[in-house]
Amino acid sequence: MKRDLMIEELSHEQILRYSRHLLMPEVGLQGQLKLKNSSALVIGTGGLGSPVALYLAAAGIGRIGLVDYDTVDSSNLQRQVIHGTSTVGKLKVESARDRLTDLNPDIQVDIFNEPFTSENALRIAKGYDVMIDGTDNFPTRYLTNDVSVFLGKPNIYGSIFRFDGQVSVFYAKEGPCYRCLFPEPPPPGLVPSCAEGGVLGVLPGTVGTLQATEAIKILLGIGEPLIGKLLLYNALDMSFDFVKLKKNPNCRVCGPNADIKELIDYEEFCGVPGHHADDTSAGTGWDITALELKERLSLTPNLLLLDVREPHELEIAAIKDAKNIPLGEVAQRMSELDSAEEMIVFCKRGSRAARAIEILSSAGFKKMKNLKGGINAWAEEVDTSLPLY
Amino acid sequence: MTTLRIPTPLRAYTSGKNEVQVTGVKISEALTDLTNQFPAIKPHLFNEAGELRPFVNLFVDENNIKDLQGVDTPIKDGDRVMLIPSIAGG
Repeated sequence: MKRDLMIEELSHEQILRYSRHLLMPEVGLQGQLKLKNSSALVIGTGGLGSPVALYLAAAGIGRIGLVDYDTVDSSNLQRQVIHGTSTVGKLKVESARDRLTDLNPDIQVDIFNEPFTSENALRIAKGYDVMIDGTDNFPTRYLTNDVSVFLGKPNIYGSIFRFDGQVSVFYAKEGPCYRCLFPEPPPPGLVPSCAEGGVLGVLPGTVGTLQATEAIKILLGIGEPLIGKLLLYNALDMSFDFVKLKKNPNCRVCGPNADIKELIDYEEFCGVPGHHADDTSAGTGWDITALELKERLSLTPNLLLLDVREPHELEIAAIKDAKNIPLGEVAQRMSELDSAEEMIVFCKRGSRAARAIEILSSAGFKKMKNLKGGINAWAEEVDTSLPLY
Repeated sequence: MTTLRIPTPLRAYTSGKNEVQVTGVKISEALTDLTNQFPAIKPHLFNEAGELRPFVNLFVDENNIKDLQGVDTPIKDGDRVMLIPSIAGG
């Protein structure tokens, strides 16, 4: 930050706007000026990015960068509270920017309507004081971490799954990085995405608000940041557990013998796509489209349909006469299936079915197809009486 | 007995249980007891060579076993062992 660009006083309107901050000696006028002269990059404007960006804007962080390449969908609104019904179909970064500048016209909002990738990440992130990880996939999380290590910036981490949340500040200059804790991602398919596994809508609200708190503390230089500590939150138990994190001496990116010196191919590293994720296909030759399946069923009405969704999802939408074995039980219950008989495997979007096909295939099953796009594609293309979810 | 906390992504393999009581005087024994009780969880914790997978983090009270003695870290009655999952939702 160049000294001559620093804003050194607040207007009367700003003093009124931030008066609840100015009243506290830990912030005060000097602290509020610090916030005004600071910047934060919010990667992802979804469940976590929504509360993060809203609270940073309200707090008067002078410049906020938003990275996302998606458009607002009505299924986002159960948790992505920065967007609204009136912005469904709009670019997320534009929807978010409009909400932020309405909340606080004082701030500058930079938008990056592009995926965060090895090609653009350093260029985008270098102009910000802190990075906030609100992404929803492993490749982008490893990328965000490595960028923060290479640029020497704090990475304010939050992650959610169903009822579980994690928060930490990964800052390699002063403590461990994300890779110190998780040197490698889990194998593809072990951890379902929120689109498949679901998430309690308020959970990212709690976790994102904690991330915003850490960002503001770091920008102000007050309190005890969550460096070297991981907060584990469970909404069902209402439990907050803290564990200690240490720098891993063998860390490949921040350790003394680090061998990763530049950004890598994170999709290859994680074995899964990060952006425009097509994790819903079982691979070439394994897929059948909803319309092809309709055709097949008209010729072979007894064709076995294997639904690998959870039993409670059948209440939302179901295909008549399909056999239900939830993905988690496929390995134990495959004796109920006949490997000589052809079957069509499906789930909500296709990714759990792809995993089921992997499991069955390694057990010798060969005559299987994955309903591409899952029951949602069936609802869109064949049986429009079914809801999308 | 030691209480082992199971994270949400792995509860599919522990009949939905969020905590499992295990016996053993060190982590490796506690994990053997866990995988005996719930064999389906084993491939998610161990690789083909029987080693703990790198993304599996176990904490005894507040400390990562990687910073202690790994799977040889001693545990005693009443200790709380947490399995920390790698999650990516946002």
